[in-house]
Amino acid sequence: MAAIAAPIPTEPDVEAPVRAFAIATVFWGIAGFLAGVVIAAQLAFPLLNLDLEWTTFGRLRPLHTSAVIFAFGGNALIGTSLFIVQRTCRARLFGGEEMGWFLFWGYQFFIVAAAVGYLFGVTQGKEYAEPEWYVDLWLTLVWVTYLVAFGGTILKRREPHIYVANWFLLAFIITVAMLHIVNNLALPVGDGVGKSYGMASGVQDAMIQWWYGHNAVGFFLTAGFLGMMYYFIPKQAGRPVYSYRLSIVHFWSLIFLYIWAGPHHLHYTALPDWAQTLGMVFSIMLWMPSWGGMINGLMTLSGAWDKLRTDPGLRFSVTAVGFYAMATFEGPVMSIRAVNSLSHYTDWTIGHVHSGALGWNGFIIFGALYWLIPVLWNKKLYSERLVSWHFWVATIGIVLYITAMWVSGIMQGLMWRAYDEHGFLQYAFVETVAAMHPYYVIRMLGGVLYLSGALIMAWNIYRTVTAGKEEAPAALPAALPMAAE
Amino acid sequence: MDIQRLHEILSTIWVVWFVLLFTGILAWVLRPGSREAASRHAAIPLRDSQP
Repeated sequence: MAAIAAPIPTEPDVEAPVRAFAIATVFWGIAGFLAGVVIAAQLAFPLLNLDLEWTTFGRLRPLHTSAVIFAFGGNALIGTSLFIVQRTCRARLFGGEEMGWFLFWGYQFFIVAAAVGYLFGVTQGKEYAEPEWYVDLWLTLVWVTYLVAFGGTILKRREPHIYVANWFLLAFIITVAMLHIVNNLALPVGDGVGKSYGMASGVQDAMIQWWYGHNAVGFFLTAGFLGMMYYFIPKQAGRPVYSYRLSIVHFWSLIFLYIWAGPHHLHYTALPDWAQTLGMVFSIMLWMPSWGGMINGLMTLSGAWDKLRTDPGLRFSVTAVGFYAMATFEGPVMSIRAVNSLSHYTDWTIGHVHSGALGWNGFIIFGALYWLIPVLWNKKLYSERLVSWHFWVATIGIVLYITAMWVSGIMQGLMWRAYDEHGFLQYAFVETVAAMHPYYVIRMLGGVLYLSGALIMAWNIYRTVTAGKEEAPAALPAALPMAAE
Repeated sequence: MDIQRLHEILSTIWVVWFVLLFTGILAWVLRPGSREAASRHAAIPLRDSQP
């Protein structure tokens, strides 16, 4: 209650590293989308791997996934979290400017070191945990420093209550640290740096890997991004979150449930049946926190829906919540073992992942950037029209992508399990590959559109940041409406 | 009591403990009178001196 009786902070928030993170987000986003378009083109036209080992699909694919998840998503998460924690705690970043810059350059070094390794074939062969031990050690150092910076800022807060966005962000930081350390326990071997053996083996290794893998989705791409949602949507809409109590309930249900869902990646494997069933049941239960987040995000707009017409940045954020709802509805369905027997190993999975990644993660980042960049540089956005263009080009790109992958994935699954009247498999594998060709081309076009949208954004942001005249902050009304709840 | 048995007992207790804990959180968050505090907390990002 006794909010800010203390004097106005003498030192302003640490913002220069946050600006750097925002620019890095745009840069790595474009790099990651481009890598995605290249490998999508390789799947449609295999000659495009150039017959060089460095440019094969197997080496470029982790480059794409790491670039979009850890470089694009990670820079957005770290940058916005440093901004959010300072604003909502009314405290300067613990460790100050130097801390911010160490996190920024330390994280970029991790990205580049990992990416160079992939191209030269240095990999642990674990999905989303490809970097070898030396990169893992460096990331551990950077990440623990991040935890200290974030936690330290919360500890010295002058706002008595810790705002819910910080709960989600802190859960994301702690859980990712735990997952990263346990899944990467490995013993380096040989003279060079490029090889290690994991501590676990066999089905235990597989279970640890997917405990890691699924919770990377759960805590990196969900909890962290929900933290972003709980700050930026209220800011953009100028209204408090629809129900603060729902946000607490949905936070704890997410925390209690998500960590058990990993085994659904290992249906019909050597993993014991009880563990598969456990993973499936917990995945189904995840519908609850999923709907909690979706209702809270969308209903924050109630009474302010008209802003969707005038604020294309907000349109991104709200559409992101829509895609969040869709992807987290689809996920539990696919975790049901009977459904999984059709969907697993097919393009349906790829389509599902991308409706979450392009729609939820990408759009919430774009929405946040369009709000954050004018604030960080204290300038008016160069063009709202270009934001609208970005929105529609990217949305059409996503629709092309996911519909192509649904059709191709379900067709692929059905062709694999089709028998003729003698009990033989009806199709050779290569026939399924040939049948998917048109959908691969459509998917590639969807990716090109999404990339084009990001280029429009980069131009818009470049013009905003380099514009000479500073706009008076009066252009951004500091609305303080108190909603009914 | 061997370690196997201890593990069984502990994992059962763990389920009960988590259910109680979660129920407790629900009761605390939804208790009568929390509405006013919640609306104050929800306004934190909007009570911002900076834009």
